[in-house]
Amino acid sequence: MPRPDGKLNEEKVFKDPVHRYIHVRDELIWDLIGTREFQRLRRIRQLGTTFMTFHGAEHTRFNHSLGVYEIMRRMIVNLEEEDTWDPDERLVCLAAALLHDVGHGPFSHSFEKVFHMDHEKWTREIITGDTEVNAVLQRMGADFPEKVADVIAKTYDNKLIVSLISSQIDADRMDYLLRDAFYTGVSYGQFDMERILRVMRANEDQAVFKHSGMHAVEDYIMSRYQMYWQVYFHPVTRSAEVILSKILHRARELMAEGYTFKTEPDRLLSIFSESPALHDYLKLDESVVMFYFQEWEEEEDPILSDLCRRFMHRRLFKYVECDPSEQMLIWPELQQLFRTIGVDPDYYLVIDSSSDLPYDFYRPGEKDERLPIHLLMPDGELRELSRESDVVEAISGKKRTDHKLYFPKDILLDESSFPEEKQRIRALLMKQEGEYYAT
Amino acid sequence: MLREHAKLLRLMQQTGEIVGRKKLQKMVYIAQQLELPFTEKFQYHVYGPYSEELTLRVEEVCALNFVEEIKEEKASYTQYRYQLDGRGEEFLAQADPEAADAETFARFAADLNQQTARFLELVSTIFYFSEMEKPDVALKIRKLKAKQNYSDEEIDSAYEYIAHLQHVLGS
Repeated sequence: MPRPDGKLNEEKVFKDPVHRYIHVRDELIWDLIGTREFQRLRRIRQLGTTFMTFHGAEHTRFNHSLGVYEIMRRMIVNLEEEDTWDPDERLVCLAAALLHDVGHGPFSHSFEKVFHMDHEKWTREIITGDTEVNAVLQRMGADFPEKVADVIAKTYDNKLIVSLISSQIDADRMDYLLRDAFYTGVSYGQFDMERILRVMRANEDQAVFKHSGMHAVEDYIMSRYQMYWQVYFHPVTRSAEVILSKILHRARELMAEGYTFKTEPDRLLSIFSESPALHDYLKLDESVVMFYFQEWEEEEDPILSDLCRRFMHRRLFKYVECDPSEQMLIWPELQQLFRTIGVDPDYYLVIDSSSDLPYDFYRPGEKDERLPIHLLMPDGELRELSRESDVVEAISGKKRTDHKLYFPKDILLDESSFPEEKQRIRALLMKQEGEYYAT
Repeated sequence: MLREHAKLLRLMQQTGEIVGRKKLQKMVYIAQQLELPFTEKFQYHVYGPYSEELTLRVEEVCALNFVEEIKEEKASYTQYRYQLDGRGEEFLAQADPEAADAETFARFAADLNQQTARFLELVSTIFYFSEMEKPDVALKIRKLKAKQNYSDEEIDSAYEYIAHLQHVLGS
């Protein structure tokens, strides 16, 4: 029998390695977790291809979404003590935190790049469309799903609430930094989240942090910086991501040419089309994608089968550091040499840049860019973090760009054909780097 | 090679100079909405559509010395100017012509660059809510951008400007 206050008869808890326990007392949240669209997130890894580098990184969007919900719940407990907090916003915040990633698909970074999709549009469609999630949200009122979707899209009127889930220091980032550090097994990535929550204060447009808690915020920024270079930008992960993207490109190209697949990718047909339907999108998960990749190892098309074998058996591309301002001088020759040895440079000679990756640093920014992190000084003034913190100022000005050139070293070392051309390619690549890096 | 970077360089070449990061962000977003081939992912932020990917790409072309970034300290903020450098010209000369179609860019880049950042923020925000009816968009803008205090005239001008851009690109 449902209770009139929307609470469960007793609190439910999920055991969680990052937050110890995730507490659910609201019927709304419990029912959202049970929807098929939310349960689908169990089959989508949080970190895409990172498991190829850090074998522990098998955690899913499901774990992360519960974690963001739990952080938001704790934030609200603290903010409820402030006069400015509007208690009517509580469930909107919690639902938005829980559902913020519900539109993610399998390996969504590569899929979005190749097929020009946007997981945030899928999120809105899942929340406002004909879904179990929408049916649960509708119980709170006809406009409730729109409110939740607006918070996630950052177009909600109450900017403070938006900033709790999406800003330079928010529930989403705090959970994924701690969770990704835990599951990858790296020792950096730690910071005192409890302290940050304790010094968080509501301001008109965003959450700000008491100056006395600055060092906890500094730790968070350092964690973000270290995770960026050591985990999110790891060159081996990027190699796997490059191959994954090229598989999708190749499959799409073959589909457009009318190629007959031995295993027709029925579940992907909608994605290959211009406007995939929501019910088709929701059938996709990483198991489905991996199934096709395994099947495509046997395809007649040599590029598709080779790329799939590389991905499935971790025969990744090697890389050299790349300076495109130098590389542009030898690029035409490199491409021609690849064609001469029968290797398509569009698929096997790839520059991957830091801007291709979906993670960012903290940057104080120019006026009218994104809002930076603000400290609340004892006299009530707000000061941007890097103006107060030497540590943050120091890392804010560091080099943040990086380009790597990926290629199949195994093919270039096989001198049973075109030995001279392959030697020349190796010489050109080594001119960049001096030696090949191992993946 | 670096096709997306080449498009950005072409935009800077066509405009001569772009003043302000916000203006650059809004110009690229508007170009994307007009179906020009920019692929950066944008999300709504406090000041309208914003792309972290584009911010990083700008950092990259500056670090490669393809673009010169001039930092200017103003009374209460920092402003940045962007100009294509000689190295960038060299890169563009060998870039995939399909990736940096000079003719298409020339038809609108200078026009956009003449507008203020404030006006382009309004135009890009209208594009962002393009699935909504005009009265609803106006209401949304008043709520989300209360501090900017956009007038009815400015909102009308922005809609007229969008029609003008669509006409220029369609002709």
